[in-house]
Amino acid sequence: MQTVKMVITGPFSSGKTEFISSISEIDVVKTERSVTTPGEKAVKDATTVAMDFGRITVDDDLVLYLFGTPGQRRFDFMWEILAEGMLGFVVMVDSTKPETFREAKSILETFRAYAPTPYVVAANKQDMEDAWNTDDLRIALRIEEGIKLLPCVANDKESVKTVLLELLYSILEEMES
Amino acid sequence: MPLQGNLRDFSTTQLLNLINLAGKTGTLSIFEGVKTNDKDAMGKPKMIPGAERARVGFKTGKLIAATLGGQDGNLVSVLNKTGKLTDDQARIIRERARNTSDKALALLLINANYVTQRDVVSSIQQHTLEVVYNLLAWNEGPFRFEDNTLPPPDRILVPIDLENVIIEGARRIKEIEQLNSHLPNLDMALKFPDNPREKFKGIHLSVEEWRVVSFVNPKNTIRQIAKANNMSEIEIRRIVYGLEQAGLVELVKPPGMADTLPRTGAGRPGIRPPQVPETVVRKLIDRIRQI
Repeated sequence: MQTVKMVITGPFSSGKTEFISSISEIDVVKTERSVTTPGEKAVKDATTVAMDFGRITVDDDLVLYLFGTPGQRRFDFMWEILAEGMLGFVVMVDSTKPETFREAKSILETFRAYAPTPYVVAANKQDMEDAWNTDDLRIALRIEEGIKLLPCVANDKESVKTVLLELLYSILEEMES
Repeated sequence: MPLQGNLRDFSTTQLLNLINLAGKTGTLSIFEGVKTNDKDAMGKPKMIPGAERARVGFKTGKLIAATLGGQDGNLVSVLNKTGKLTDDQARIIRERARNTSDKALALLLINANYVTQRDVVSSIQQHTLEVVYNLLAWNEGPFRFEDNTLPPPDRILVPIDLENVIIEGARRIKEIEQLNSHLPNLDMALKFPDNPREKFKGIHLSVEEWRVVSFVNPKNTIRQIAKANNMSEIEIRRIVYGLEQAGLVELVKPPGMADTLPRTGAGRPGIRPPQVPETVVRKLIDRIRQI
């Protein structure tokens, strides 16, 4: 059986676990721990420390695995391990939290350095009133024109499907070029 | 939807760059930050907006007005501050023309030969720029950009290209660390953006900036440009920062530089992407469409 892997990365609380949960055919295998710092606790109670793991079975011979990275820098030793063999990656950004944009850009650059695979940026929480729109986010994050920056709502399956499909289209385009 | 955030996360220069590139119309307000007991997503104390420190107006990406909190910013004050009206003249005009709009007052003053039209325009421009240069140095405070909100209609608005403001603002940024962190690798090269003719139209560059611009070529590293111009690392960083923030140049990898960016951690060499046939990707696409 062939397995392929995509990585879902982004800052703490950007919606990675939710993204995978929305589309995975199995209950997402979560490796969460209680949040220890008061700042992080204000955002959510538990955080991913090693990885989240989701699966989409294509047929008897092919399975797609989705790996969500831990968002906190102190767990970044896991990132390179997760990046090994990835077909492409999604960078999740919380569009309502400009304080995380710099971190998102830094994570994006780190993953680009790991492997020259295609990637897309998912501007999560676009259903929230105070979300920055994608045009503004592109400028704020300095995302080149050729890179897809997609509006996303991580708990909406259709939105997640669109993001994954756009990533796959980018992978296909690169193969064909 | 308003753009909001804190200058500690998204600087004034970045905001001006965004407004310029997106051609936005609206009003940017910057506030005193009132710390709360809550933490933001990065663990820093969350701030809520307090008193307004500054208000800046933009129209289709151009700076058109700016006032600092506590300043009235009306025409008489501006002309007085720039020396076009004496203190006595300003006091008398204020008393006599209390309910006159700035536009009407300007006409009266020009017709009475107190000032020329050029005096009015240059004074307002100078005032606006001083306010903006002042707030470029602010590195903390909540901000909010309201789309399509403009200054009161009686105000005289003088459009100013933001590229020059950003360049001048960058000239005034002294923090070496900031420049270093923005451009850590001097072995990158520079290239012009698409439509360079359009971007350079009306731009006023310093001699040093022109010297750098004349060497812009993806084959020349920034280090080589600095050496050719006898510039220090800080000088070249400052100039490249200004030019890049104004959208006049872009950073690129020179030919021959490793395809992957510098790694952030120690460890194994760069990871190779998997060799997956095109048919597999097509199968994945079909499957996800069906979900």
